[in-house]
Amino acid sequence: MTDVTKLKSAFPDAVLNVEEFRGDVTVTLKREALLPMCTFLRDDPDYSFRFLSDVTAVDYKDKTPRFVAVYHLLSHEHNQRLRLKVPLEDERPEIETVVGIWPTANWHERETYDLLGVKFLNHPDLRRILLPYHWDCHPLRKDYPLEGKGEL
Amino acid sequence: MAEPGIQIIAEVRERGETETMEINMGPQHPSTHGVFRAVVELDGETVVKVVPHLGYLHRGIEKIAENRTYHQIIPLTDRLDYMAGASNNLGYCLAVEKLMGIEAPPRAQFIRVIITELSRISSHLFWAGATAHDLGAMTPFFYMVREREQILFFLEMITGARLTPSFFRIGGVAMDLPPEFHDECMKFVKAFPPRVDEYEALLTENIIWKSRTKGVGYLSAEDCIGLGVSGPMARAAGINWDLRKNQPYSSYDKFDFKAAVYNGCDAYDRYRVRMMEIRQSNEIIRQALEGVPEGDYSITMKGALKPPAGEVYMAIEAPRGELGFYIISDGTVQPFRMKIRAPTFVNLQSLAKMSEGKLFSDMVAALASVDLVLAEVDR
Repeated sequence: MTDVTKLKSAFPDAVLNVEEFRGDVTVTLKREALLPMCTFLRDDPDYSFRFLSDVTAVDYKDKTPRFVAVYHLLSHEHNQRLRLKVPLEDERPEIETVVGIWPTANWHERETYDLLGVKFLNHPDLRRILLPYHWDCHPLRKDYPLEGKGEL
Repeated sequence: MAEPGIQIIAEVRERGETETMEINMGPQHPSTHGVFRAVVELDGETVVKVVPHLGYLHRGIEKIAENRTYHQIIPLTDRLDYMAGASNNLGYCLAVEKLMGIEAPPRAQFIRVIITELSRISSHLFWAGATAHDLGAMTPFFYMVREREQILFFLEMITGARLTPSFFRIGGVAMDLPPEFHDECMKFVKAFPPRVDEYEALLTENIIWKSRTKGVGYLSAEDCIGLGVSGPMARAAGINWDLRKNQPYSSYDKFDFKAAVYNGCDAYDRYRVRMMEIRQSNEIIRQALEGVPEGDYSITMKGALKPPAGEVYMAIEAPRGELGFYIISDGTVQPFRMKIRAPTFVNLQSLAKMSEGKLFSDMVAALASVDLVLAEVDR
C-alpha cells in the first residue's frame, strides 16, 4: 500500500484528505497544488509514478463541490497505485491539464471534457473525442437523461 | 545519376513546389478492423500528420451502467472487447468483488483462469491472422482461425456462447465445468504447441513478414510509459510488466509462467510477444486443468447485491493491456459511477507517434500492431 507520509510533509497545505478503502489509497488535494504535486509524484524516487493509468471525473450532482477530477497513477518501480482526487468549482468546472507531465493524459482529458464537460486549461487539443463535434451536452452528467431529450 | 523521374521530384522539392495531400482512411477501411477513421496528411508516400477521429461505435456503456444493477452490467462488459469477452467479465467481477471485500472460491478462480486464457489465445490468434492478412499473407489466417474455432467450441461448451460468454458472476461463475470438458480440453492443450510451431514456421522467419514489420511502428520504452501504453505493446519495448505477475489476481500466482518480454520496440516484436503469450497461456490452461480444486463454483449471496459505499480501481491484464474498472458505490443496488480504462483506447493514442515521418504502408502495420478493437476504444 502506498505510503503518503512523505507526500504530506512535502505539501502540508495542499493535501485535504487521505483515505484508504480496500487497499486503494486516495489523496484529495487542492486544485492549485495539482501540477507541482504530480511532478513531485512522478520524479521523486520514493514514488516514481511515471505511468498515468487513467483520468476521469465524477459528477456528484447535489453535493458541493459537484465535480471531482480523478487521476489513477501507477508506479512500475514500486508496484504501487495511487488515486488523486481534486474537487472543482461548481458552475464552470476547470482544471489545469497534466499533458505536460504525462502525455497520455491527452485523450483521457478529451474524453472527460467530452462526457462530463470538465474544461482542461492549457490542453493542446481540447476537442470532443467520442461524441460528434456538434454535440452540445455532456452525457455522463447526472442531469443528462437516459432517454428522451438529447437522443438522436 | 538518379532516374529522370526521381531527379524531377527532387528538383521540384528543392524549389518548394510540392504540396501535401490529406486523405481519409476509414471508417470503413479494411485495415482498421472496425470503424476507426484517421485523416492522414501525406507528402508523397510519407505520413506528415495523423489525426484520428473516434466514436463511431460509442454506445455510452458507462452511462447505461449507472442505471443497471451490478449483475445486469456483466453482459454489457463483454460487448467492450468482443475478441476476449471473458477478460472484461473478469475485470468487472473482480472490481465488484473488491468493492464488497469478497473473493470467489478457489474452484471458481481456476475456472475463470481457464476461460480467460482460452479467450486470450483466441484473441491473439485472430490478431496474428488478421495482421498477416493485412500485410499480404493470406495463409496464416486460415491456420489460426482453425484453432480459434476449436477454442470457440470450448467456450460454447462451457458458457453457451462463442464470443460474449457473460459467464462469470460476482462471487464465482454461473455453472460448473461440463463433465466432458476436462478431457477434450486436455487433448487440445497437448496438440496445440506443435500448431504454434506451424504458425511460427509461416511467419517468424518469413522474409516478407520481417521486412514489413521489423523496425516498423517503433515506440521506445520511454514513450510507452509516457503515452500510457500497456500490454503486449509495452512488453515488446522491454518493459517487464504483466499484471498477472506483478499484481496477481484470481490465483494467477499459483501458476508457473513467464511474462513475454522482447526489446525490439517494433511491430515484429509485438508479434513475437503475442506468440510467446499464446504458448504461456496454453501452459497456464494445462496447469489449471490439472489442478482444478474441488469445492463450490460460486459463493451464495442472499438478497439484492448492495456493496458498501466506497470506491475501487481494479486492473487486470487483458489481452490488449491494462483493463481497469473504477467503480464508485453509494451503497445502492446500482453503481454511482463506473469508468472503464480501456487498454486499446490508450494504446491507440501512440499511432501518431509511431507513424508520423514514416511510409503510409507502414502505418497500416503500425495500426495493426496496436491490436485495436473499436468496441472497446469507443465504449
